[in-house]
Formats: sequence, C-alpha cells, structure tokens
Amino acid sequence: MPVMNIIEAVNSALRIAMAADDRVIVLGEDVGKFGGVFRATKGLHEEFGPDRALDTPLAEGGIIGTAIGMALYGLRPVAEIQFADFIYPAFDQIVSELAKLRFRSGGQYPAPMVIRTPVGGGIKGGHYHSQSPEAYFIHTSGLKVVAPSNPYDAKGLLLSSIDDPDPVMFLEPKRVYRAAKGEVPEGAYRIPLGKAEIVRPGQTMTVIAWGAMLHEAKEAVTQAEKAGLDCELIDLRTLWPLDIDTIVASVQKTTRVIVVHEAPRTCGYGAELLTLIMERAFYHLTAQPVRVTGFDTPFPYTLEDEYLPRAPRILNAIQKLAADPG
Amino acid sequence: MVASPKEAPLPSILQDPRRTNEEPKLFQVLAPDGTPVGPLPDIDLDTMLKVHRYMTMIRLLDDRMMIMQRQGRIGFYGACTGQEAGPIGTAAALRITDWIYPALREGVAMLYRGYPLEPYLCQVFGNDGDVLKGRQMLSHYADRSVNQVSWSSVIGTQITQAVGTAWAARYRKKSDVSVAFMGDGATSSAEFHTGMNFAAVWGAPCILICQNNHWSISVPTKGQTVSRTIAEKAVAYGLPYARVDGNDVLAVYAAVSEAASRARSGGGASFLELLTYRIGAHSSSDDPRVYRDEREVEEWKLKDPVERYRKFLISTGRWSEAQDQALKEALNQEIISTLERAEKRGPPPDRTLFEDVYATPPWHLVEQAQAFREEQGGED
Repeated sequence: MPVMNIIEAVNSALRIAMAADDRVIVLGEDVGKFGGVFRATKGLHEEFGPDRALDTPLAEGGIIGTAIGMALYGLRPVAEIQFADFIYPAFDQIVSELAKLRFRSGGQYPAPMVIRTPVGGGIKGGHYHSQSPEAYFIHTSGLKVVAPSNPYDAKGLLLSSIDDPDPVMFLEPKRVYRAAKGEVPEGAYRIPLGKAEIVRPGQTMTVIAWGAMLHEAKEAVTQAEKAGLDCELIDLRTLWPLDIDTIVASVQKTTRVIVVHEAPRTCGYGAELLTLIMERAFYHLTAQPVRVTGFDTPFPYTLEDEYLPRAPRILNAIQKLAADPG
Repeated sequence: MVASPKEAPLPSILQDPRRTNEEPKLFQVLAPDGTPVGPLPDIDLDTMLKVHRYMTMIRLLDDRMMIMQRQGRIGFYGACTGQEAGPIGTAAALRITDWIYPALREGVAMLYRGYPLEPYLCQVFGNDGDVLKGRQMLSHYADRSVNQVSWSSVIGTQITQAVGTAWAARYRKKSDVSVAFMGDGATSSAEFHTGMNFAAVWGAPCILICQNNHWSISVPTKGQTVSRTIAEKAVAYGLPYARVDGNDVLAVYAAVSEAASRARSGGGASFLELLTYRIGAHSSSDDPRVYRDEREVEEWKLKDPVERYRKFLISTGRWSEAQDQALKEALNQEIISTLERAEKRGPPPDRTLFEDVYATPPWHLVEQAQAFREEQGGED
C-alpha cells in the first residue's frame, strides 16, 4: 500500500471522484494548471481539462456563488478556498444560501457541494493564513463540517463528502498537510461522516481533538502514558453532525474530559462539546471539564507557538486533571 | 425596393463594449402613447396577447394584494406595479428550460411561464399549499417546475448563482440560458461586480438584467452611482450591453431575445439596463412621500407599461376595448376565487419545521423535534 501525505490523499480522492462522475468539477483560485497553492489539485487540469479543474477570478463570494448555481443545475462542485481565512467574503453565500437552500426551497433546490479549505496555524502564516473558523459553520444549520487529521481519513472522508447529499465544509489541517504520512489505498474507499475514531483507548480521562491538534494531543497522551496516565484519545473526524454516542460512552467510562482546539476559546466548539457532555453525562463526571484552546486574541505571527495549544500545554492540563481530587 | 418598416430587419440592440467612446443609446419600440417608433420584434399575435394578459393580471393582483396587506391578511408585500414589462417581456422571450433568478419584484415571471395562480398565492400566504412550506416571506417565489430560484433579501446574491447555472448549462452542452434580475441598488453590491466579471471571463450563457426603477427604498440612483448610466458599467467588464426602455414590453422582449440567442449560440453573457419606475412604495412597510417628490411619480405614470402596451394593441387593431374589459373582469374573478381558496388553507404542519434542513435529519434534529412534539402534547 502506498504511503501518502494529506495533500496526496486529497488529490487521490479528487481524481477518483472526477474519473467516476463527470458532474464533479473542482474550482477555485489557482486550482487549474498550477494545481493549487498547496498542490492538492495537481494534475487534474491535465487529466480532466480546464473546465473540470476550473480557475476562477479572485473573489471567494464568486467561487461559492457560482458553485451554488452549478450545484442547483445538477453538478457536484468541489470548491477550494485557498485559505480558510479568505472564506469570509463568501460567508453570506455559505451561511444564508448554500446551507439554507434545501430548507427555504421546501426541499426542491438542495445544493450538494464540498468546500475544501486549509485551516489552522503553525506555518508562520500570521492572521490571514492561520485561522480555524469551524465554529461559525457548525453553528450554521444545514452544513456538515468535516476535519480529518491524517491521510487515510482525508481521502475516505473526502470521497464520502463528495457523495453526500448535503453541503460539506471540508477543513484540511494545513500544518500537517505534508508532515502527516500514512498508508493509503490507491483505490476508492469511504469513511462514513459522523463517526469519530478512538485513536487510543484508555481509562483515566477522555481527550477530544481533531485536525492538526490531534497530533499535539497524541504526543501529550503518549508522554502522559510514561507518567502512568492512561488517557482515551478521540479524533472527531466529523465535527458536525457529531458522533455523540462515542463521546458520551467514553466520558461515562473515564469520568473526566479535556477538549483541545486551536480556535479561540469563547464560543469555540469546545463550549458546545462540553455542554453536550454535561447534558448527557453530568452525574458521571468526577472533575470539572477542561478546555485547552487558542486564546481569545487574534491569531499572532511571531508568537504563534505560544498561542497554539501545543503538546506541553495539553500534557500540563492532563496532569492537572489527573491530580484533581474531584 | 424600399422595405416597409414592418419588414425591415431589427438592428442589433446590444452595444459593443469595445467601442468605449460610444454613448449608451436608449432602445425603444413603443412611445409612451403606444405608437411604434421603430420596427417591431419578431413576435406572433398569440404571444403578444399573452404578454398583455399577464401584465394586466399582475397589475390587478398587486392592487388586490396591497388592499389585503392593509387589511392585515398577508404580510410584507413588494408590488411590481409600474415594472411589469421587465419580468413579463423577459419571460416571453425565454424558453421554459431557461432559468430565472428574480429580484424582489420579478417573481411574477413564473406566472407567465405557466405556474398556476393557486400555488403562487399559497406562497403569498405561506400555507400548507406552499411548495416552499411557508419558510419564506412572500416575494421569494420559486418552483423547480419553472426553473425559478428563490431570491435573497441580502441583494445581489443571486447574480453569481445565475452565472454558475449558466456555466453548468454550457458544461452540460445544453442551450439553456440563465437570467439574473437585480435592482439599481444591487449594482453597488460586491456580488454585482463579481457576477459581471465571472460572467464575462467565463463567457457564461447568461443575461444579467438591472431593473433600474430609480429608487432603492429611499435612496435615488444618484446615491448609488455617479456613472451616467448603469448600462455603461458593462463596458469595463467587456460585456455587450443595452439601455432599454423598461416600460416598453416589446423593447424588453426584443433585447432579451437578442441577448438569449447570443448566449445560446456561444456568444456569452450580456447586460441589460431596463429604465423603469417604482410607482408604489418599496414595500408595504414604507411611505415614499417622506423621501420623494410625488410629481416624479405622476410623470412616470404617463409612461405606464401596461397602459402603453394596451394602447398599442388596440390602436393597431390587435385588441379591443370590449375585449380588454372582458379580460379584466375575468382576471379579477379568477384572482378573487383563487384567493378565497388559498386563504382558507391552514399553516404547514409543525413537523415541517424540522424537515429539509438536511437530506436526512441528524440525531440532534430528531431529538429537538421529539422534544418539541412532547411540549406540544404529542400533537403533530
């Protein structure tokens, strides 16, 4: 089985989907001959032609607006927004149009499509190349939100997202785009949306993460193991709809929980996750739940490593939670 | 032999954006008194009379709706009064397989395209006969059966969507054309610039139509742009354009026909400015006397599109006063009896609140729907 990084796995999924179904096209800035600034659409222009690897003028509202019109006509567009930080000019098209079309048309005009966009910091990208906007889209009824952490999941989840009858925000962890490598089948396979993965089973506490932060959490959990702390690590994979059963069962077992995300803390997804857990497993908890997150500041440039909830901060939180007498 | 005006071929209406020194000309077929001022477009008598029927119907319908709004029987209403020639002339020039993305006042186009009045009025009431399941304010009329997509109140949003649909039609090797309507205010939006530009760069088979009714709620066009005309904005995007008397339904028909056939034959997008006027208020929620001079309204009433076209049909022997009277009576009867049926219907069932958010409701919506049902005492 070949070893791929996340970029290659995404590319492989796109190629498979486009070869199987001529309704699937990719569009966005520089996705054509250049193959995208991260090279995720590399080779698609040569293989499928300029109409199916479609370079757009530089306007995110136009990318999503036109992709909606294509989806309404029956195509399955996969739009690339070059960086998630650039998505806000398309916010109205995503939140009030794409997400709501099925509902406000009485089910007549669903607009199934995928928006792929790289998220997260740690690449010296500063405020405009580092944000993690998942909470806006989880809050928006009508969208599904997917956030793979590794190449195998990226490919299987992207193929499921392209098949999905609902619009999907596909948030790619750009810091580990090339660093995260693993075995990925050449052919098609699908990972169902809405299913989390228990990356490491454990008894002491539940650690929930996704995307690039999954790797930080994994490192922290590995170090904690050396100190005799047996943590259960869950990779959400799909942020919404959430795999609530896996989360609740884990917390009921471990009785303690930490949520890790790099987006700012206030009204971040951690707030919703912990609320859902408390609504369902409050009496199982033996200590206060914990969030390890980015700060409520704009994303910094020089001090990005201080901002990000890296493994040492997560490990510190694990040790404190383990020591909490409850 | 000199050809008579009737037989002379219609000159090209669309202007070439590369001729940057050219002034936008006003294209007109009928003078405000209904007298032809140029050759008539290629349009048969049945279509001519159908155009009259629907312009008349919409005028009568809007009058009735404004009364009902004042009586509190319907919600917010945005009348098309004075602007009927735009949507009806456009609908008449298109095929049913073409797509229409209306703005606030152009949803009436679907009536011309064969959409029955009763489900249309059910959309007005948002009741259980509404194909949109009561999920939108009125004036957001849509139905897949007539390829009409619901408009967004945000303004301009539909322009890029229409361009995408046009691109997809060409990709699918279909000859379908996609039309987006907008008001003059929408030409200030980012989506206008983006839509015009994407349409031009991609050569998408679409027609972007600005109904310049001179007012965006309370702000006149000069508060939106310092361009001499809205039509000339197309020059910068490299799009063929025309400035059309928007109260002259034959001029609208001719301009849209030319733009549509251009789009179908691979010629790409066009931009039309239709000069018209909002005779009434922006909506049932405002009083235009606060911000505009009533004399301006009186001047525009003299250019009324319905009356102009009626005079043309009668003066050229295509129609008669007696036929017109009978038509109005029949239409009024149809409107009243259909309204009675539509108004009697109840709201959509409560369960529809949770439907169509996703193709299949995820667990959280199933939970919320169940909790709601329990609160309601188990009733649906």
